[in-house]
Amino acid sequence: MVRFQNVGMRYGPGPEVLRDVSFELGTGSFHFLAGPSGAGKTSLLKLLYLALRPSRGLISMFGQDVSTASRAALPMLRRRIGVVFQDFRLLDHLSALDNVALPLRIAGADEKKAREHVIELLTWVGLGDRLDARPATLSGGEKQRVAIARAVIARPSLLLADEPTGNVDPDMAQRLMYLFVELNKLGTAVVLATHDTHLLDQFRFPVMRLRAGQLVIDRPTAGPAR
Amino acid sequence: MSRPRKKAAISDLQLDADSTARFLPWALAVMVFLAALALVGALALDGTIDGWRRGVSAKLTVQIADRPGQPMQPRLDAAANLLRGVPGITDVQIMPRRAVEALLQPWLGAEALQADLPLPGLIDVTLGDTTALSIDALAARLQSAVPGARLDDPKPWLDRLVQLGRLLQSLGGGIVLLVGLAAAAMVIFATRAGLAARRDTIELLHLIGAEDGYIARQFQRHVARQAMRGGIIGAGLAAIVLVAIQLLAGGVGTGLLPGLSMVWWHWLALPLLPFGAAGLAIVTARLTVLGELRSML
Repeated sequence: MVRFQNVGMRYGPGPEVLRDVSFELGTGSFHFLAGPSGAGKTSLLKLLYLALRPSRGLISMFGQDVSTASRAALPMLRRRIGVVFQDFRLLDHLSALDNVALPLRIAGADEKKAREHVIELLTWVGLGDRLDARPATLSGGEKQRVAIARAVIARPSLLLADEPTGNVDPDMAQRLMYLFVELNKLGTAVVLATHDTHLLDQFRFPVMRLRAGQLVIDRPTAGPAR
Repeated sequence: MSRPRKKAAISDLQLDADSTARFLPWALAVMVFLAALALVGALALDGTIDGWRRGVSAKLTVQIADRPGQPMQPRLDAAANLLRGVPGITDVQIMPRRAVEALLQPWLGAEALQADLPLPGLIDVTLGDTTALSIDALAARLQSAVPGARLDDPKPWLDRLVQLGRLLQSLGGGIVLLVGLAAAAMVIFATRAGLAARRDTIELLHLIGAEDGYIARQFQRHVARQAMRGGIIGAGLAAIVLVAIQLLAGGVGTGLLPGLSMVWWHWLALPLLPFGAAGLAIVTARLTVLGELRSML
């Protein structure tokens, strides 16, 4: 579904922040993305959610060559990708409900059905009583859950999450992880960037480790704990 | 701070919060006001010019100068007979002396006319199909048959008058065009400012899968509302001014002012202008947004 071949990425004339990155993500795969700050995690995620084009190498997503795809082809690819940004990137003037409904509205979904669907999901992440709240009045953890709900609402084929459990208490972190796992079982490929070693230990999914711009994939010896 | 949420009016880009949202309608109102006056003026001039043409171009006047010792009436009859035989002339009327006196009275006064003032004889000629008629040849024939007869052809000065009218009309059209260009420039400026202020949000919408058209539509809806608001204000003000001009002109009397020959469909241009402004704003905003977004990924 996603294939990187010898991908290199540099910003302007600077040094390469990603070097010869090659990997494949299959349908229904689950990967953690780990590595120290500055190792290139964000750049790799940006390439995955099509905010950047690679400086070299080949990226193929859903059967399309992304490095050469036209601008007009990108929106349809992006609609199959859900992203949880580390800084959430919620729209401050919209309610939690409208923020989560945004991907459905952009895709032209039926407003009434979308609304029911959004309320159901927000209730599931514990925000059923905060539907009309604006981001400014939400706590960090609540914002994070709204951001996650927005990323998964359209049942993406690929879910990318940058530290999605960083601002919530352990119980909620577990709950959200189960949401990702459930979504994964339904066929969504998940890449989850995290520093949380407990998560890596508990859910024994393959770990994409970035070090100084280069990628290695650690495959756990035993199967996932859950 | 829970405002009532309007259905289907959720704007991801919150364009109404811009400072341009306050200035644009007023700036466009001024533009529409000026365009309305220029447009209605140019349209109304059309009626005025047509009126001139209809009233004058089908007419000729023959003037026969008074000559001592030559009675006027036989000369008038001779000229009239000659004119009646000319193809293209449908009617020839000798103006009675009383009518000539009536024409001159406002200038000379009743007393001067009391005296045995030598007055020219006038013949009113109505033209039909003038394709075969040469005014110059007719004037020469008339001159040789009845010495002292002069053919007054109003066409040359009418042509100049019509030319002037057309020039004024073109000027009105040019003003409408320039005002339209200035309005478009304002929409471009406001749209670019709106885009620049929302780069982050637009990037986010792109990442969620929004097409450029989705973003452009929000700008289009926004400027359409602004232009409509400004257009209604501008056209409303223009209507007030035009009604006032008509009333004032009516009060002065029709003889002095050429008069704006407004007919019903000229008034129709006024309510159409806000729609025209909205249409212009929509197209301009769309092209601007699509052009600017092309540089984003």
